[in-house]
Amino acid sequence: MFQVRFHGRGGQGVVTAAELLSVAAFQEGRHAQAFPSFGSERTGAPVVSFCRIDDHEIRTREPVSEPDALIVQDPTLLHQVDVFGGLRAEGYVLINSARSFDELGLGDWVTGFRRERLLTVPASEMARERLGAPRPNAALLGGLAALTGVVSLEAVKEAIVRRFAGSLAEGNSAAAEACFQFVSGARQVANA
Amino acid sequence: MLEQIEGSRAVARALALCRPEVIPAYPISPQTHIVEALSAMVKSGELAPCEFVNVESEFAAMSVAIGASATGARTYTATASQGLLYMAEALYNASGLGLPVVMTVANRAIGAPINIWNDHSDSMSQRDSGWIQLYVESNQEAVDTHVLAFRLAEELSLPVMVCMDGFILTHAFERVDLPSAEQVDSFLPAYEPRQLLDPADPVSIGAMVGPEAFTEVKYLAHVKHLQALDLIPELSEQLGAELGRTQHGVLRRYRSEDAETIVVALGSVLGTIEDAVDQLRGQGVSIGAVGIKAFRPFPTEDVREALARAARVVVIEKALALGVGGILVQDVRNSLAGSRAGIYTVIAGLGGRPITTEGLCGLLTAAVADTLEATTFLDLNSDLVERELARARATRRSGPHAENLLRDIGVVAAGPV
Amino acid sequence: MATRPIKFYQVGSHAAGNRLLDPSLRSLQSDPNRSNAITKGHRACQGCGEALGARYAIDAAMRATGGQLIAANATGCLEVFSTPYPESSWQLPWLHSLFGNAPAVASGIAAALKAKGRSEVRVIGQGGDGGTVDIGMACLSGMFERNDDVLYICYDNEAYMNTGVQRSGSTPPAARTMTTQAVGPQPGNPFGQGKNVPQIAMAHEIPYVATATVAEPRDLEAKVEQAMSIRGARYIHVLVTCPLGWASASGDTIKVARLAKETGLFPVFEARDGVLSAVSKIRRQEPVEEYLALQGRYRHLFKPTRQEDVIARIQARADRNIERYGLL
Repeated sequence: MFQVRFHGRGGQGVVTAAELLSVAAFQEGRHAQAFPSFGSERTGAPVVSFCRIDDHEIRTREPVSEPDALIVQDPTLLHQVDVFGGLRAEGYVLINSARSFDELGLGDWVTGFRRERLLTVPASEMARERLGAPRPNAALLGGLAALTGVVSLEAVKEAIVRRFAGSLAEGNSAAAEACFQFVSGARQVANA
Repeated sequence: MLEQIEGSRAVARALALCRPEVIPAYPISPQTHIVEALSAMVKSGELAPCEFVNVESEFAAMSVAIGASATGARTYTATASQGLLYMAEALYNASGLGLPVVMTVANRAIGAPINIWNDHSDSMSQRDSGWIQLYVESNQEAVDTHVLAFRLAEELSLPVMVCMDGFILTHAFERVDLPSAEQVDSFLPAYEPRQLLDPADPVSIGAMVGPEAFTEVKYLAHVKHLQALDLIPELSEQLGAELGRTQHGVLRRYRSEDAETIVVALGSVLGTIEDAVDQLRGQGVSIGAVGIKAFRPFPTEDVREALARAARVVVIEKALALGVGGILVQDVRNSLAGSRAGIYTVIAGLGGRPITTEGLCGLLTAAVADTLEATTFLDLNSDLVERELARARATRRSGPHAENLLRDIGVVAAGPV
Repeated sequence: MATRPIKFYQVGSHAAGNRLLDPSLRSLQSDPNRSNAITKGHRACQGCGEALGARYAIDAAMRATGGQLIAANATGCLEVFSTPYPESSWQLPWLHSLFGNAPAVASGIAAALKAKGRSEVRVIGQGGDGGTVDIGMACLSGMFERNDDVLYICYDNEAYMNTGVQRSGSTPPAARTMTTQAVGPQPGNPFGQGKNVPQIAMAHEIPYVATATVAEPRDLEAKVEQAMSIRGARYIHVLVTCPLGWASASGDTIKVARLAKETGLFPVFEARDGVLSAVSKIRRQEPVEEYLALQGRYRHLFKPTRQEDVIARIQARADRNIERYGLL
């Protein structure tokens, strides 16, 4: 089972991100479960969502406490909420930021984890360029696909197209692709 | 057809296939996505003929349902928590009048304190309202059970409540196999009422019944509930054959046939429990689970039989009878009358507190070793409770409990220090 | 206006015999082929204004709809006296659900008929003032707001009579009830603003609102007939004398209701889409004292001492109605 936890703020599409990831996994014939953990609807409040992916039926319903991958859509949460809680040592982290881990004040924290699995990506900027709005959720899924391989980029784009229409679908797909390329490139650099 | 879909939407799609004719709806978290989806289907003409009525309260919702059902329309509504309470009078009225309304209860805690997350206090509070109560474990089961519910309700002339855990199921995206229109039509014929408001054949419905006949009317309702215990498995089998997947009837067993310890529960937590059972079985523990699906009527004989060979039973429930303990456990205990099995009650998941595999394994290990208390509140923060009790002992004007606790755990900022 | 002008055949009082009237101008109750939707044998009190009002109203609705009518009834006197188990005096399809939900139940019936394509069958919701003005207000407002195709009739006897005469939102000032007793410095119901449900109905701008009394049953019939010719939410508020609760002589039921109108205390009018469209003028204004003196619920205004100031305040209300509605 592969477990992903998404952190962000209300209005940033954190819940949608988890759902899209689950649809992408479904497209590839796998079982997936996505669900939110949130309070009353309110833009700007911290939101957490979860996605589990497996090859057989997923029965448990508890929150993801030991994620295999973390996506942080809003870096302002980094020092406010315990976004990294429970992350496995082999875990992947994708943070939506143009800054590096060091610049984000996480330089020390990364020890003990697989450094090449921890990345920051300027997903909001990618989204703004291709979508016209700094909503990074779809882009980050492209990045997740590249980083972890848990789903393919094609599956992510398929999920996007099923969910959104017209220019939204195009923009989100393009953002996902751009982020995928970015992360693939960064991984090559890291592995070099 | 397989789809990756939100639970609420899956239920709405299944409901549409059941051809409801009147849907009165009042919004309340976490049922909103169901009625929203249905309203769109009605408005676009996809679901027709159907009247979607935006009512002014849950009391109105059930009242409109009563009028519609008595006029021969297949009627559906959904609610949760406070909304269920607000229609309490109408719930008893619908069941007392023998109207086959089907309703989803998206299980949510009842306030005060106000809480939008899942537990079973809402449907438990109405367990004796005369409605049949079915609890589902997954969104697949939710879909299938709503189809079952209409057939069951209409055959018995009793209303049916399908209970699905709010947020945990309603807002979860998962794989669901949606039935086809042919499959549903094959299982669910058009509604043929036992009583009907019809100018061609007028009847008066809803008369006052005095001491001379009230007992008999109630007894008849009791008989119908007992009939349901046979009808539910029968119809489940029929539906299962139609859909090509097993339906659970009044209860389901998971690795319980030879288990020394059996966990009993309702609803979605059974999924997590099954994972915990597998983990403990892997460690050589003789443990299994029984998931009760029909809570009302309570399948006493089936439960007795399912638990017959257990040395101990652990009832994990998302409900609490204040001053008493568990609610589900009372019916389970009744089923075990005369048995020497040990019975443990675990109150868990109140107000949406997550129930984890880890927590369950720890709990069940203690149960198996018989080191568990008779009644346990899973993950209770004793320090927090003690602090508030001490505060209350120290001063009369100690303040509202809820706010004090929230301040202690840092959710609410303390005032100027 | 709902009633049609007729030539009265005087019988020595203000009453009018209609024996010589053209059949089309006669009350439906004079027709042996009337539906008799609420038939004899019910357990209403002697002189019950509600039984009278319901009989006229429902038979009129049955004729207007060719008998294609379903009624939803709130808990209350009408429901209780008309269905003493195991009997029912209703000869139309009739559903009693709860106290506060008759308008919603009626809406549900209408929705079902619509879904089934049976729009020729019409719906009436009915209840007393308790079930309409107070506990049923939310459901009534909802029905109005949705413009559901329901005629709602409120039989207003100005208190919760079936439970033993307790005050409702419709109880007039100074009236004695068991929960506004004639004791203390201000005996009877306090002087408040009242709750004018016909005005509330008008504020919802529904197609038809009317008031009527059991003193003019022909007028009530005509208004029900008018209402049934319209689709959408309609409301008729009928003042019905309750000899028991008002402590009036059972033979005075019509007289008391007439005085309610003739004093100006109960304006009789019609409104369309929220606008006053017709008013039934007062023939000859009577002082409120004539009306109050017939009812024991106002006895404390006269005995042991006359409460001039209270009577004057009630008179002022009547005068205000007359001016406001143009009743003279």
